[in-house]
Amino acid sequence: MDEQEKRVGMLSGGQVTRREVLKKGLIGAAGLTVLPAVIAACSSSATPSPVATITPTTPPAATPTPAGPAVTPAPTTPGAPTFIGPLTGQLTVGSNHSDASEVAGMASIDAAFKTATGLDPKVNKVDHNTFQTQINSYLGATPDDVFTWFSGFRMRFFASKGLATAIDDVWANVSSNYTAGFANAVVGDDKKVYGIPVDYYPWCVFYRKSFFTAKGYTVPATWTDFLALCTKMQSDGITPVAFGDDGGWPAMGWFDILNLRQNGYDFHVGLMTGANKWTDSKVTDVLNLWAKVVPFYLHGYAGLTWQKACDSLIQQKSGMFLLGLFMTGEVATVDAANKTTVLADIDFFPFPFMGNSFDAEKALDAPIDIWMASSKSTTLQADLTNAKAYLEFWSKGSTQVLMYKSQPGFIPTATDADKSSYDVLTAKAVSIVSQAQKITQFLDRDTRPDFAGTNGVGSFFLTFLNNPSQDLAKFQKSVQDFWDKLPVYTGA
Amino acid sequence: MSELEPQALAPAPASAGAGASVSTKRPRHYSLLNRRDKTLLAIMVGVPLAIFVTLIWAMTLVSIVWSFTDWNGTDPMHFVGLDNYTQLFTTYPFFWPAVAHNVMWLLFFICIATPIGILLAVLLDRPLRGSWIYQSIFFTPVVLSLAVVGFIWELQYNAQDGFINSVLMAFNVVKPNSTIDFIGDPSLNIWAVLVAASWRHIGYIMVLYLAGLKSVDPSLREAAAIDGANERQTFIHVVFPVMAPINVVIVVVTVIESLRAFDIAYILNQGINGLELLSTLIVNTMLSEASLIGFGSAIAVVLLVVSLVPIVLYLTRVLRSEDI
Repeated sequence: MDEQEKRVGMLSGGQVTRREVLKKGLIGAAGLTVLPAVIAACSSSATPSPVATITPTTPPAATPTPAGPAVTPAPTTPGAPTFIGPLTGQLTVGSNHSDASEVAGMASIDAAFKTATGLDPKVNKVDHNTFQTQINSYLGATPDDVFTWFSGFRMRFFASKGLATAIDDVWANVSSNYTAGFANAVVGDDKKVYGIPVDYYPWCVFYRKSFFTAKGYTVPATWTDFLALCTKMQSDGITPVAFGDDGGWPAMGWFDILNLRQNGYDFHVGLMTGANKWTDSKVTDVLNLWAKVVPFYLHGYAGLTWQKACDSLIQQKSGMFLLGLFMTGEVATVDAANKTTVLADIDFFPFPFMGNSFDAEKALDAPIDIWMASSKSTTLQADLTNAKAYLEFWSKGSTQVLMYKSQPGFIPTATDADKSSYDVLTAKAVSIVSQAQKITQFLDRDTRPDFAGTNGVGSFFLTFLNNPSQDLAKFQKSVQDFWDKLPVYTGA
Repeated sequence: MSELEPQALAPAPASAGAGASVSTKRPRHYSLLNRRDKTLLAIMVGVPLAIFVTLIWAMTLVSIVWSFTDWNGTDPMHFVGLDNYTQLFTTYPFFWPAVAHNVMWLLFFICIATPIGILLAVLLDRPLRGSWIYQSIFFTPVVLSLAVVGFIWELQYNAQDGFINSVLMAFNVVKPNSTIDFIGDPSLNIWAVLVAASWRHIGYIMVLYLAGLKSVDPSLREAAAIDGANERQTFIHVVFPVMAPINVVIVVVTVIESLRAFDIAYILNQGINGLELLSTLIVNTMLSEASLIGFGSAIAVVLLVVSLVPIVLYLTRVLRSEDI
């Protein structure tokens, strides 16, 4: 499952979601860095790899450049006919944007779309979690014309089953508005484009600035520093690492980053797609590294939601917290409830480096959300132009900023998005992602959904965490056995 | 099916009169039922039977067939023989724990929760001031929605700031970093869930049994009292045997509740990390995005076989008593 929807799980501590709250947070500090080459890191590898989520080959084109309005030109490629214009007929839209702030964002975008084209899309809004659980039957039966989904393997999985419509013609119009990293994330196994990236957010290590200052801690740059800091915090009576693994998915973030740091992007992607085996000794290395952090985890983590773990960071009972940027939503929720300003005190850093050849990759998880066109929709043939216009409309920075204004947890993906409205944390997140040479999507988006299922790898990780000193060879074999028995994947 | 139901109902009022006139005219075949009666009967029996066969037996058979395939809901189906079962019984590490947890659930309910429910019913059956207050208190958990029940127990059990741990910390029984991890500790959480599930089950059994006790003829108790039996003897030798039909219901309810155990475990952590149950495995593998329909069906078939044991025992008992 995915990390986003879990936050609204039935029991998750704060029912209020990160999204609606963030905006109450520290927006305003604005006036930020514009990063002309957002995620420019990822430059132009000519042929997108079918397995890789993002396969950048050259160093960042630009380091963050301060200030100024967006520099990128309008997205439309000369010659390619735009789909946006006066439209007639209908358009059905399947949306997993069920949180109040996202509903508001969708409403303003659909209103803008109507202004631009005269067409009022019919939105079929489904609870985020339910949308995901039912995605198979939804896409296989009578889906809406266009729908919200995730990039990476998860997109390719359904595209390869013929449940999505290729939109290369739309992409031809808008590709200039995206860096190669995003471009690669929406390419299917058949090299066709199946999605329009609309937002993303990185996974980093969060901490409280004032707490670090008061205790004399410094941000750890290396794994050795990190472990030393953990030991120090523990001796100070602080839980070094906040961690809540209820539902089993937050542990995936830990495995991802440790594997990326230790074995590099290529091995990680190979592992996610089945090219590499879970019985590989490189996986053993990662598990051994992981075992060193486990003693520093928050007590009772397996039964705690990530919100509870976040609370322990807020209360300065824990020192550091690895999670997606959306954790700021929980902080804002708590701030609102307690009338505090902890959010302004939150900062983050990229996960520490191992001191090996993969340091230069500066890899991290930064899941990308996309819009896709379905294939089984009974109305799609009649609505095809409308659907393509809608997808093209979403590729505009101006559209994505409308969502960002309602939901600052979603960083726009379009190069021409107006960065002047970004808050401090967003700007920093953009900067970290833009320096990354390699970006992954999060384990449950990078690997096949049946492997990532609730009783799949998430449960396996918990059995490891419960007893890190167990027979790792046996453990790894049980994971690989599970993989080997999954139905044959017919893609790529 | 639905379009047949009106037909089944509509002819009913007319049948009696019409039937009588027809039967006098045609004496060839003597039958208690005329053609109309037979048609009506066929519809009234046939429609429910058809619904039953399609929704229960056909589905069951389809599940059994699927369990020998690798179907994932979209790709072509391949028969893989016993592969799913081999995987379940040998390499899949969450299967045997799930079976064990279902068995523990059954034993815990039969040996502990159900007897407590019966005991409460017997106690509350006595003339007791404010008996209805106690009944309401014990029955409340049954009425609460499952989401609420899960939430309540999450608040009790939480390792960081749960009620139980807070109390223990206040009395210095546990320290903040060594609180009892009711939900996260895989060797402990199944017991925590069993307590939570029993909390509901006890109230349910109590109400069922109390209803039964109310229907016991008071003269039986009086007779027993006159014969000098004490309350315990009266219950064991007089009331309990008289309650035989209710007792069977209680046993059946307990077994059913144990086999369909799902909700609280699923709400607490989706049924992972020590809370695996056959039902949560089925849901997580089959109905989630994973969509491993073949593999999930194999688990469902195992659950079916397990369920058949008490069903067969119950049926043989019922059929035997009908023979007598």
